[in-house]
Amino acid sequence: MKVFTYSPGGVHPDESKLTKDLPFEVFNAPPIVVIPLQQHTGAPNTPTVKVGDYVKVGQKIGDSTQVVSAPVHATVSGKVIAIEERLCPTGAKVQSVVIENDYKDDWVELTPRSSFEDLSGEELVKIIREKGIVGLGGAAFPTSVKLTPPKGKVIDTIIGNGAECEPYLTVDHRNMLEYPEKIIKGILIEMKITGAKKGIIAVEENKIDAANVLQNKINELGVRDVEVVLVKTKYPQGGEKQLIKAVLGREVPSGGLPLDVGVVVQNVGTLKAITEAVLEDKPLIERGVTISGNAVSKPGNYIFRIGTLASFIIETLGLNRKLRKLIFGGPMTGIVQSTVDVPVLKGTSGILMFGDEALEMAPEEESPCIRCASCVDSCPMGLMPVLIDHASRKNDLKTAESLHALDCIECGVCSYVCPAKRHLTENIKKVKQAIIKQRKIEAAKQAAFEKLKAQRMKEKENSQKEVKNG
Amino acid sequence: MANYDIDLVVTSAPHIRDKVTTTSIMRDVIIALTPALIGSIFIFGIRALIVVLVSVVSSFLAEVVGNLLFHKKPSLNDLSASVTGLLLAMTLPPSSPWWMVVVGAFSGILLGKMIFGGIGSNPFNPALVGRAVLMVSWPTQMTTWVKPFSAFNQPLDVITTATPLNVVKLQGYAQLLSEFGTKANLYKALFLGTIGGSLGETSALLLSIGGIYLIARKVINWKVPVIYIATVFVLSPLFGRDPLFSILAGGLFLGAFFMATDYSSSPITPLGKVYYAIFIGFLTVLIRQFSSYPEGVTFSILLGNAVVPYFDKIVPRVYGVFPKKEVAK
Repeated sequence: MKVFTYSPGGVHPDESKLTKDLPFEVFNAPPIVVIPLQQHTGAPNTPTVKVGDYVKVGQKIGDSTQVVSAPVHATVSGKVIAIEERLCPTGAKVQSVVIENDYKDDWVELTPRSSFEDLSGEELVKIIREKGIVGLGGAAFPTSVKLTPPKGKVIDTIIGNGAECEPYLTVDHRNMLEYPEKIIKGILIEMKITGAKKGIIAVEENKIDAANVLQNKINELGVRDVEVVLVKTKYPQGGEKQLIKAVLGREVPSGGLPLDVGVVVQNVGTLKAITEAVLEDKPLIERGVTISGNAVSKPGNYIFRIGTLASFIIETLGLNRKLRKLIFGGPMTGIVQSTVDVPVLKGTSGILMFGDEALEMAPEEESPCIRCASCVDSCPMGLMPVLIDHASRKNDLKTAESLHALDCIECGVCSYVCPAKRHLTENIKKVKQAIIKQRKIEAAKQAAFEKLKAQRMKEKENSQKEVKNG
Repeated sequence: MANYDIDLVVTSAPHIRDKVTTTSIMRDVIIALTPALIGSIFIFGIRALIVVLVSVVSSFLAEVVGNLLFHKKPSLNDLSASVTGLLLAMTLPPSSPWWMVVVGAFSGILLGKMIFGGIGSNPFNPALVGRAVLMVSWPTQMTTWVKPFSAFNQPLDVITTATPLNVVKLQGYAQLLSEFGTKANLYKALFLGTIGGSLGETSALLLSIGGIYLIARKVINWKVPVIYIATVFVLSPLFGRDPLFSILAGGLFLGAFFMATDYSSSPITPLGKVYYAIFIGFLTVLIRQFSSYPEGVTFSILLGNAVVPYFDKIVPRVYGVFPKKEVAK
């Protein structure tokens, strides 16, 4: 099999896939779940239940009329005990529905289908939206939106993303090993929706067993038009833009989306969830998560109800040392938590727990930049991280923008390679946010100016009319 | 939750870092210099060892003085002062008087590095700044070369010799060849370093071992040394010079592997590195041919350093940003 990759840039950190051989285990449902009403990129949901209501598993508890959104569902049965702002692992405080589990596991009625062939693309998209499917790779973008490109955009290829390039994380690996059929069917469903002629499942070389399992399943099912390809084990091979370049040789234009080059990239876990939504009628109420790191006593791949709190996970699995870092996501892009009272979200692919060693793994103290150019050579976007970092420290938004700061995918490679341990990624993120904020202010100013101008014109016209009339 | 000890720290991603540090890089450079240093002590004896020791110790002192003078945090543990000290020593004649070495080290560290803000901020290679100061201040001492394997107690005027490039400049290549007998003998001497010259520049073999080590360890990019040497190789015949002799003689290998690759004073863009290497290669050939100096590596690299900001304007293409022509399609 040919091995694809992107260039230039990228790094190969220690893979640390400690849990790759541990099959999924269903984790105990927690006594309470905290379900944020917004777990996706887009518009927040409004609750469709009240405090005191009894809810069943799979019952919709929040929805929005906005297009870019995905509803959320109850993940345990029981009583809604609160609807309040709670801290999310993303760092934001989000209106959340808190449900007390009655441990009856009382489900809403599901009506499974034997096949998706007789459903139209529109019907399929509707199911995917109603079942609350979002990207499970981490970005949590509503899948229904991704599958409805604007008119005139032709999608020719669906890429199933099984790269899982982040160290420690093994949940996609396990999904591919344990649910190959659901992943393949998921890609077929997406091909039907978008009219794409080709499906490609890209798997990093270090998961060749998963690639073989998928290939065998494809042969067994007699599926044509879907192929498995290997990609080089290199971070961030699973970045949407890098994967498209690696597999198809296409480059998503700056500021554009994969659909601009006729591609939809979908995490393999999402593909599995799509199949479950369509064929089993099952809403997204649980997901596989890798629990790893040196501080947790029983690492593994677990299937959690969405809304399970990290505190419950820690109590159940145990710690073997003082917990110093709790990371939601992978070690390269994950978000550290300041408290253990945060829930598993639809977008949570891993929870990593580290002891004091974490402080050595990522030293805080910076030394002067020695201009070694490692960040320049490793940036998978071809940026000059060191210069954007300089601009960010000086709050020089103009220079940062001219250096294409907004094209940064925040993969963390520049900080990772820096021998001076400078916080490049952090500073680049900061300057990006500042640029976006400034753009919004400029736009608001412009809008206000236009409004004022229109008003003046109107007044002028009116006064002219008055003159005429007078 | 009381059962568990939890004391969470909040930091920004990424949460893992590569093991390479500034200090580990400097340590690698020192390791890479070791073969040539040992070789120089073998060839030039105790004289070379004294120059090296004086240079390193003075560089340390200069770094400390610089830190005090410019109110900087102590920076000795990053080993960069030792690297500068070693590199300076390698560019000096083995017979350099100790006081001259001290002046060179202080000039290099203070004028070449500390006044610009310390490590990473120097536009010029500090070791070469130190050498340049000595070249213009004490031209005689800087061009007095001792014969290889001459005893320490012999008076200087008995054991002086000329460098091969010197012979070529003053008496021509034919004269040099007649001294060595055959071309093969000449190449062998240049390759092993058994010739007159600065103490660390003479052995192309030992310098290459260090250079290859640095490339293998990914401390330096192969582009600058390889393209620099290749440029000299290709351009020298245009002026009637033997290309192989031109790359093996003088300080080219030392300059190409250890000086032109200095992070702070060389370009950071991939293509900038290529043009920079060609530029200094071009200058080296020109200086050797047309100036009154027989060798041009020091001034070529310093001049190249001066135009690094321009080479750094040749930035890589950003993913998804296409040249205007392609957009027009």
